[in-house]
Order: sequence, then structure tokens, then C-alpha cells
Amino acid sequence: MDLNFTQEELAFRDEVRSWIRENLPEDIATKVRHDAPLSKDDMLKWQLILHDKGWLTYSWPAEFGGTGWGPVKQFIFEEEMAYACAPRILPFGLRMLGPVLMKFGSKEQQDYYLPRMCDGTHWWCQGYSEPGAGSDLASLKTAAVRDGDHYIVNGQKTWTTLGQHADMIFCLVRTSTEGKPQEGISFLLIDMKTPGIEVRPIQTIDGGREVNEVWFTDVKVPVENLVGEENRGWTYAKYLLTHERTNIAGVGKSNQELDRLKELAASQKRGGKPLSEDPYFAARMAKVEIDLMNMEITNLRVLAQAEAGGAPGPESSMLKILGTEIEQELTDLTRRALGSSARALTPEANETGYNGPHVAPEGFNNASAVYFNHRKTTIYGGSNEIQKNIITKMIVGL
Amino acid sequence: MDFTHTETRRMLADTIDRYLRDKYPLAARVEAGNAEPGYQPAHYEGMAELGVIAALFPEDQGGFGGEGFDIAVVFEELGKRLVNEPVMDSALIPGPILAAAGQSDAVENIIAGAARYALAAEEPQALYDLDHVETTAEGAGDSFTLTGTKTVVKYAGGCDGFIVSARTDKGIALFLVAPGDVALRSYTTVEGGRASEITLDGAPGTLLGEDGAGAAMLQDAADRAILALSAEALGIMQTIREMTIEYLRTRKQFGVPIGKFQALQHRTAEMLLEIEQARSAVINASNAMGLSGAERARIMAATKYSIGRIGRLVAEESIQMHGGIGMTWEYDLGHYAKRLIMIDHEWGDQDFHLARFVELGKAA
Repeated sequence: MDLNFTQEELAFRDEVRSWIRENLPEDIATKVRHDAPLSKDDMLKWQLILHDKGWLTYSWPAEFGGTGWGPVKQFIFEEEMAYACAPRILPFGLRMLGPVLMKFGSKEQQDYYLPRMCDGTHWWCQGYSEPGAGSDLASLKTAAVRDGDHYIVNGQKTWTTLGQHADMIFCLVRTSTEGKPQEGISFLLIDMKTPGIEVRPIQTIDGGREVNEVWFTDVKVPVENLVGEENRGWTYAKYLLTHERTNIAGVGKSNQELDRLKELAASQKRGGKPLSEDPYFAARMAKVEIDLMNMEITNLRVLAQAEAGGAPGPESSMLKILGTEIEQELTDLTRRALGSSARALTPEANETGYNGPHVAPEGFNNASAVYFNHRKTTIYGGSNEIQKNIITKMIVGL
Repeated sequence: MDFTHTETRRMLADTIDRYLRDKYPLAARVEAGNAEPGYQPAHYEGMAELGVIAALFPEDQGGFGGEGFDIAVVFEELGKRLVNEPVMDSALIPGPILAAAGQSDAVENIIAGAARYALAAEEPQALYDLDHVETTAEGAGDSFTLTGTKTVVKYAGGCDGFIVSARTDKGIALFLVAPGDVALRSYTTVEGGRASEITLDGAPGTLLGEDGAGAAMLQDAADRAILALSAEALGIMQTIREMTIEYLRTRKQFGVPIGKFQALQHRTAEMLLEIEQARSAVINASNAMGLSGAERARIMAATKYSIGRIGRLVAEESIQMHGGIGMTWEYDLGHYAKRLIMIDHEWGDQDFHLARFVELGKAA
């Protein structure tokens, strides 16, 4: 038993940490720290800084221009990024589509799309969920009908994250209604500028605008945009979903949120006494801190398995449940630590030049919105109930 | 990073497992637990011969282990088979105290399984607080007399000596008291096993270690106990996990195995993931035994809190999922569940350790 990283891994962590410190633009880090919305330019700027360093493709194998890092180094990199409040690297191109193209795409598709998802040419979004296909993804209905050299696509996708910025969308579409629902699905790459595509924003309960509906009306997609074989899309999608996700628990992000919460609770006072000394509040903070301590070890255990070449099992689902529950608890405690000031809806207080009232302490004027926004985490990526089904199915086997 | 045990520890675990599987049926354990001395001396000595006790002590004290992970491996195996022998109470807790006080003969006998000592530390109304000591020790040098009462002293009957905490003018100190000099009133504990209420009325005691250093020595003993209990609880959870999974697969209602019902699947998933968290807590505590100061103390408190919380969940959920059969004395599960819950009542429960974790965080 050895809970520590090796000397080499520690040196790597130091290298990553100091590089981030020197290269992460302060204004962007502050926005992330204060949960202020990032612009497309912010996200692209950071992506290109990473690209210049060669770290954008940190999860890719060397043969496709990646770093070739193993699971432990990828994990260290992700945790350092999260802890330093770097914007998250959007997963849609780099973590989701990239690996699918490497495994199932044609040489032409690899050569064309992989470099473009790195250099900012293509902003990718994901077209999976539909109004009638949420957790039951295989019931999707968006249809692609072959017509000569094209597919004609009709239907609707939803919950498309940051689709408003996207140049391209990868979609699961129905190409056959025969057999089991899973057997008639294909994986299609679609240019968002194609006539017949309409993006409609969905405003979320926190007032934010990160998800969209994408409507397809007689959209012509060249057949060379099919990935792999027709009607094999479900296999590719599953590969994508089970693809190694070492940061699923979000330990770095939660540790950062916990530190922030502790500082807040120490500075918020009731009757002259810090909130952190209120026994009930202190107990709730301690509970989530202990859960996080345990999860950090659980996560390292899974990571050590992955590093040794083990396939991810029910542990990925466990980490998804634990990670999201802890994250939600932290947003709840942060909101509650703010007292009445959590009620002020002043997201613009984060912006430079704002000269209205600062009701909540600096950096916390969006806390209630963040709390509401984080309700999504137990719903997306396979709801936590779906994860529980998976865990029991894998272990009990019924 | 490496989460596998060394080969030596894996072999030790196998040896214990084989011995218990062949020779330690639950029925005999339950029966023995309900009468003096509350355990099976032949098995205690048998396990000492296997090296179970020696594994808990470092080489310079006559053992071959003594690290956190040695303790965890031993007690996880004992937990899996619901072993009710005083390995923790009579050896792991008193041994290092006696070693530090230069009582090397006593330690040698403990490791051989030939002697047992009992720590009498907790007092009525202390509610786990080891610094709450009303027992007094009067005297000086080697000669003290102790007066006071101690509560729930495990396996006091038939032990070769008591280690008693008492208050002197220098603070808390530990004393060795001969069994003939204390009055015992013994009883059975809920999960099987024996304990005693102890009265000292001017009992002669020999100072162990430095006068006034008792609180620190007790804290050290508490860390060993927390690790041992947590690892034992983890072993118990493992067995309950296997029993519950098997039951979900085989018990049929409405024509299907009950594991097909989503209400039970979700409860099961929750239990399974919390057991993994418990394992992580035990690994963290094992590792922390090599640390010192507030860092170690916080991890021990976090672990005991986690084990208390998760232990309750596992005990309650497994009984619920088993239904009526889980309520019976005849079926094994209930005995495991009882021990798991009672572990929360030893060396501080989840509330005690959560409060302690908060306190230690303020100092940090």
C-alpha cells in the first residue's frame, strides 16, 4: 500500500502547477472562481494557450498528436486545472468525439477533424438527447434517410450544451426502425451551417443560457460524414460513454469549492461569531469534507486500477453519484452561508465597471444561481438513478 | 501509488481466513459469547500461535508487524468471520502501553497469547471522553493507591492485570493494578462477549510511563482501537454485502428474485458505494498511523465517524432487505449487524468523532 504519487508524478504535478500559474489569464480564473459566465472568446483563448503548449490533447495517445499520458498523469493535470480555476476543457470534441474518430473513424475523417477540433476551427457540440429520449437514449427518433450521396435529417435534439457557439454537431440518428431500438442508430457529423438547422436557446432556472434545442428540417448531410458503419452508432456511443473518465468525481473542483466555503463561513458573522463556529453548520461542513476525503481515496483506488490496465467497472458510476452529491451539498452550504444576501439577483456584479450595490461578499453574488444550476449534475451524464441501476446490475447481476 | 497489500500481508490474511473457515463456526462463537469468559480461549491461543497477535507488534517489541496496514489486515479478516476474541482489548490496546513502560515480559506473554491485560479507562458519565477522569491516584514514586469506578471494561474477567487511568496532581496517569485488587461486576454485551463494571477502593497501582503522560498514551491507544474497530467493521460489511447480494439473487417474491425490484436495487447501490467509501476510510486511517499530530488525529476522527455512519446504514439496510429472516436469532445476519452497530459505541461514536473532527479543524 502506498497512497502517494511517485517522485516523477510529483515533479510532473509541480510542473503543471507552475505552468498554469504563469499562463492562466487572471481575469479568466477570477470569472471561474466567482462562477461568472465565460464568453466564447474566454474559452477559446484558454484552449489555444493549452494547444500551443501541447496539453490540449492531454488525453490523446501520442500517435494522434496527444501527450500519451497515462491515467495518473491525466488525473493530476485535470485536478490541477480545476484547483487553479482554469476553465474546463470542453469535452465534446476532445474527450468525446475525438476518441470515437480515433477508434471508428476513417483516415480522412481523422486527418480532417482531429486537428480542427484543436485549433479552434471547429467548436463541437453533442446531439444525443431528444425531448422523448433522456435517460432512455436508445428511443431517439431523429431520422436520417439515405438519398443518393446524402442523408436527409429530420427531428430535434435537446440539452445541447453551448450549441449556440458550435460549428459542428455529432449526432445519433435513426437510420432503421427494424430490430431492437439500439440496432437502428447511426453516428453522423453535421455542419451547423447547413440549411434547415435551427438553434433555439433554453433558458435554465438559474437564468443561464448554456443549453439549446437544435431542430433539423430536411438537413442534407453528405454520406462521408457517417462515422463507421450505418446502424452501428449505438456501439460507438457506448464506447464514448464508457471511455475512461478519470475526473468523473471532480475532486479538484470540490476541494476548491470547499476551501472557498470554509473562508466564507469564517468571515460570515452572526452576533459577532463566525458561522464556522455554529455547531450545526460546522457539522454539515465537516460531513461533506469527510465524504470528500473518502472519495479522494476511492478515486485514487480506481485510478490505480486504470493505470494497471483495468477496465472501469461499477466504480465509475459510484464516483459519478458521490462526486455530484458532494458538489451539490457544497453549493447548498455556500448558498446558506450567505444568509439573506443569497437572495440578491445581481450576476452583473461580477463584471468590470459594475457600480451597483454589492449585496453578497465579493465573488459570491451568483451563489444561488450556481446552486440551482448544479441541480443538473445528478440528472445529466446518466442520471444518478441510472447509475444506481448500473451498479446493482453489474454487482448483483440480475 | 499502490493499493495492493504486500505479499507478507496477503499471506497473513490467507492464513487467518483458512483457520477461521475451518475452525470457527458462528454457532459456537455465539454460544461462547453468552457466558464467562465470553470468548473461546483455545481459539485465542490458536490464533496467537498463527502469529495473529505478533503481527500487531513491531519487531523491537517482539512482533513482526505493528504498522497501520498490519492492524487493518488482521482485523478485517477477524471481522469477516465475526470473530469474538479479545485480540484488540487484551493485546493491541494494552501491549504498546506496557512496552512503552518497559514491561517487556508482559508484552512477550501477550504476543504468545499467554497473558491478557485490560484497559480500564472510561468512566460513567464520560460519554467516550477519555480525559474525563474522576478516579484518583494518591502517592508518589512507585507507590500509588487508586480510588474510583470504570465502566464497560471488555474481557476484564480472568485478565492478568488492569491498566487504569487516574488523576494525579500532575494530570492523568496510567497505572498497572493487580486483578485481585479490584472489584468486578460482569455481564454479557449485546453482540456477545463479556464486560465489567470496575470499582477501585484504595487499590495499589504501579505507575506506567511518566506521571501526567496518561492522556497522550490513551490517545495513542485510541488511534489503534479506532483503526482495529474500523477494519473489523469493514470485514463485517464485506460479509453482509455477500449475504445480501446472495439473498437478492435467490429470494423470490411475486415470481421473481427480489433483486429485480428497482426499489431494492437503488438501496443496494447506495449500500455498495458506501462500503467502498468505508474501505477508503480504513485505508486512509491505516496510512495515517504513520503520521503524527493533528493530521493523524483528524483522519482517525474522520474514519471512525465514517464507519459509524456507514455501519448503521449497512446494518439497517441489510436487515430491511432480508425482511423477516433478518430479524431472527437463528440467521447469521443479525449477529453481524449487532456487532456492526455496537462498534459505533466503542471508542467514540459518529457524533463524538464528528465533533472532534470539527474541533481539530479549528486548531489546524
